Amino acid sequence: MTVKSTSMERAPWGVSLSALLVLLFLHVPILIIFLYAFTTDEGGFTFPLPGLTLKWFGAALQRTDFWEALWLSVRVAALATGAALVLGTLAAAAVHRSRFFGREVISLALLLPIALPGIVTGIALRATMGMFEIPFSYWTIVIGHATFCVVTVYNNVLARFRRTAWSQVEASMDLGANGFQTFRYILLPYLGTAMLAGGVLAFALSFDEIIVTTFTAGQQQTLPIWIFSQLFRPRERPVTNVVAILVVLVMALPILYAHRLTQRADDTMGQNN
Amino acid sequence: MTSRLNNGRFKRHRVQRQAMSTPTYEYAVVFEQVTRAFGEVKAVDAVDLKIRDGEFFTMLGPSGSGKTTCLRMIAGFDRPTAGVVYLHGANVTHLPPYERDVNTVFQDYALFPHMTVGDNIAYGLKIRKVNKAERQRRVEEMLELVQLPGYAARKPSQLSGGQRQRVALARALINQPRVLLLDEPLGALDLKLRQQMQVELKSLQQRLGITFIFVTHDQEEALSMSDRIAVFNQGRVEQIGSPAEIYEQPQTAFVATFVGTSNMITGALAQQLIGADRVCALRPEKIHLSEVGAPPPPGALAVDGVVFDVDYLGLFTRYRVRLDDGAEMMVVQQNLLKSATDVAARDGERVRLHWQREHMLELRG
Repeated sequence: MTVKSTSMERAPWGVSLSALLVLLFLHVPILIIFLYAFTTDEGGFTFPLPGLTLKWFGAALQRTDFWEALWLSVRVAALATGAALVLGTLAAAAVHRSRFFGREVISLALLLPIALPGIVTGIALRATMGMFEIPFSYWTIVIGHATFCVVTVYNNVLARFRRTAWSQVEASMDLGANGFQTFRYILLPYLGTAMLAGGVLAFALSFDEIIVTTFTAGQQQTLPIWIFSQLFRPRERPVTNVVAILVVLVMALPILYAHRLTQRADDTMGQNN
Repeated sequence: MTSRLNNGRFKRHRVQRQAMSTPTYEYAVVFEQVTRAFGEVKAVDAVDLKIRDGEFFTMLGPSGSGKTTCLRMIAGFDRPTAGVVYLHGANVTHLPPYERDVNTVFQDYALFPHMTVGDNIAYGLKIRKVNKAERQRRVEEMLELVQLPGYAARKPSQLSGGQRQRVALARALINQPRVLLLDEPLGALDLKLRQQMQVELKSLQQRLGITFIFVTHDQEEALSMSDRIAVFNQGRVEQIGSPAEIYEQPQTAFVATFVGTSNMITGALAQQLIGADRVCALRPEKIHLSEVGAPPPPGALAVDGVVFDVDYLGLFTRYRVRLDDGAEMMVVQQNLLKSATDVAARDGERVRLHWQREHMLELRG
């Protein structure tokens, strides 16, 4: 992001101070987590730190339950993202291109899961699954996550479709390409970044989701649930802090990347008209 | 102006191809009672068309007259709600665009922005799995044909409007279609470039010998390029004919006023001049101005009026005359006089208008 600093006046000190306080409020807790991953005190958050150690990293990496939770979360997020990519893109194409009865309703229905509180989605899914006697499993978690992951892909792809010059699709068909070839050679390169951005956000949403997961998981523990369960154990508390650092590192980078992708205004389709 | 488009090798390919292709039909495109309705509105209303193989055919009309919808039904982007479309004798009414032997130059060119010029042009060949060496060779050939040699590596965004136009043309022609559809392709160009492209397109069509179907709302463009013109109005074809037929013998009031300008003579004046209350069109340049009282040439019809507007336009001067019965007439006279002050008539002057009887065109409807 570029800031035209030359044309901007200096903000009054009151505004600057408030901004600083808000930033501190947002980020100090995260810094505290980071800091207490290195404490020698295994019970809690004593200040000042009694000493610094790296032993919790070793302890965390040796815990098989941590690895199992991490692996489950990655698999769930990957599958939910995959489903979201396919369904979200198809839905965006349908809503953008066709005028069918109930089009607005479908658009709203797709957006609703992200507006609904997770707890409502969770209860609804649990009740439905109970009604049909679907056993809670890895798959029920994936379904739960897909409900809100579809939205992020749908929104990104729909926005991209709206900037599409449809004549390019017609030109492709005119030159002999069937629907699949047109999608492969014309639409996909163009929708690709939107799908990637939507997909990364979907992955991130799924990866740290806890509320819906609580309602739809059986015995399985995804990483967020695992972390939450660790908070009630008095010992080895810094292990959760170590895991938090890992999660931040793994998730923050893709999200920043996705943000950049959506911000980039060049390579838009139809700009050569 | 001679065309700069070059077509040596391209033609050889075409000849080879034609030897293999299906027998030629007299008509490239035939519409039988084709209707395209959007809800209640009939964009195209029971249109019959017969476009001859190898002709430069123009569909002319104002926006919303159905000409572009007709073009889209030939390309396959749109399907008729009733009627049949034939391409070279085969019923293609329900074939998708990629199964039709036609290619289109789009109004906005529709170049693929993520591909180079070369990849854009080669797209049709790539889809047909033509090998890379052959693709490259034919792209070079097409770039030469449209006067853009050496542009293969550029992106469409690096080209000017006129250059994009040529790339769009090359991309459509590389498939060697038997029919090329052009949807107002010159609309986005400035006047000078437009005139140059008109000449080039016309000469390209003559050398390739394929059917060009050209959509435009510009009557001058239509007159200068076409072998035949179909004039569209409100989803119907008003008249089909050569440019001279369309201009000299308009059959409806719409054609008479949309293609060029016409004075419409009706009612009592028509009764007085030709002895029948018919609607007649009279082109402004067919009327002569003379002094009141001067006897008209033998066989000529004459009325008197007062000049109330004079526009000097260089090549000609346009006069507006109010006749004694209140009707207005436009008269155009070429400026053949010797000096600037020597105009044929002045504002407010009383004049006599005369013309030959056969220039009064009785319209139908």
